[in-house]
Amino acid sequence: MSTQKPIADNLFTWPSDSPKLIGSKDTETGRYFFPAKNSNQHEKVELSNKGKLWTWTVQRFLPKTPYIEQVAPEDFKPYAVGYIELPGEIMVESRLVGVNPEELEIGMEMELTIEPFVKNEEGEELLIFAFKPSVNS
Amino acid sequence: MTDVAIVGIGIHPFGRTDGVSGLQQGVHAAKEALSDAEIEWKDIEFAYGGSSAAGSADTMVSELGLTGVPFMNVSNGCATGGSALLSAYTTIKSGQFDIGMAVGFDKHPRGAFNADPEAAGLQKWYGETGLMLTTQFFGMKIQRYMHDYGISSDALALVAEKAFNNGSLNPNAWRRDPVSKEDILNGMMVSDPLTKFMFCSPAEGAVALILCRADLASKYTTKPLYLKGAAFRSRPLGSFEVFSPSLEIERGPSPTVGASKATFEMAGIGHDDIDLAQLQDTESGAEIMHMAENGFCKDGDQEKMLQDGDTKIDGKLPVNTDGGCIANGEPVGASGLRQVYENCVQLRGAAGKRQVPNNPKTAYTHVYGAPGISACTIITN
Repeated sequence: MSTQKPIADNLFTWPSDSPKLIGSKDTETGRYFFPAKNSNQHEKVELSNKGKLWTWTVQRFLPKTPYIEQVAPEDFKPYAVGYIELPGEIMVESRLVGVNPEELEIGMEMELTIEPFVKNEEGEELLIFAFKPSVNS
Repeated sequence: MTDVAIVGIGIHPFGRTDGVSGLQQGVHAAKEALSDAEIEWKDIEFAYGGSSAAGSADTMVSELGLTGVPFMNVSNGCATGGSALLSAYTTIKSGQFDIGMAVGFDKHPRGAFNADPEAAGLQKWYGETGLMLTTQFFGMKIQRYMHDYGISSDALALVAEKAFNNGSLNPNAWRRDPVSKEDILNGMMVSDPLTKFMFCSPAEGAVALILCRADLASKYTTKPLYLKGAAFRSRPLGSFEVFSPSLEIERGPSPTVGASKATFEMAGIGHDDIDLAQLQDTESGAEIMHMAENGFCKDGDQEKMLQDGDTKIDGKLPVNTDGGCIANGEPVGASGLRQVYENCVQLRGAAGKRQVPNNPKTAYTHVYGAPGISACTIITN
């Protein structure tokens, strides 16, 4: 098994049995931010790993740079994208996995998952966050 | 204080013009506008201009003439043209100069725009993982809107069908062949629920306008038009904008709402006074949402309006009479001025086969773009 690491630092807690996205909270206004803001006025917070699908679409063509998946256009597999409303916190934009586009419905219960994305030049597998339908929904 | 008049208009056809740079297209539009006002470049006291991807507008002086004119470059994304116009307006209003030019042009590579996360104040992973695409934003915004307000895919197709029909009547448009509603609906899906025929594409083109003190307008034209309102706004808290890794749960108005309200207040007129409107239609859904954001209907009313043909050229409120972005493409720097150009042509009664009937008197434009900016105008004759 190759080494795995998050695609960016301070994006989600890792390694972890129950990974969470890392956001921040403005200590004056109480507003949540994702990704976390580096500021004296912000405290780091772990965001809820469960939420509801607020809207979605499907990326059906191979994106240009800065997209880093190395794939021929004809081999590209479309992926779903959406915003997940994390109750009382914020809506985060994320890939959606484990679901066919035809089954996506606004309001459906989703939960965070960490997924392998691509390998870097050192052969390390880069991990990204995504949301999948909740098992009990 | 004097009003501001538009006394000359010029355009370089939109679409793809191989072998002609964006800047040269800008010069073409500028010369056409000068000729329309029957003046020469040396008569121009100031100019504002810009492009997003085709160079600095002020270098046009080497083609137009080295008169020493103050020529200021404007760079404001999709509102570049709108900002040039607004700057020209305030320059004349302030009394600094009497007559000047606003020009916008562009020439983009084929295909979707590719974005640079760090230039947009975002982290690299956002682009690397395939979240930073304008097309996704448009798909997601209209997807939610359709869910909330009962807009159908059929309505999305009607917007595109109208755009191609209007484009077929416009000799300066890029897409001049009608496309049927069925073909639009069955076209390749790009970002659900939007098919390829529902999106505009990056393109090329240029527009120039000559503006002057209203009390001098009769020197240049027998049909002066008056810029009665013009306003620009950036995004307020809670708006849903392109390139947002996260959004506030509590939703707020879009920048369009503020820009539109300010424009109507400045002009001192109401929505019922508007005879035709050019509304940003980066894709079909945008036109639908912008009908409501600009106050021309309530959220959800668009479905019936489109089914009834209200926004066609002979409808109650003709929208995007020149085919809009969908039929003209989007050269970012020129797009907002194209809308104003079309309104000038319509208010002069010179729009030929696409002329709005019954002598329209008042016309509205609205441009919207990344990262959440909007500019509107109201012009009367």
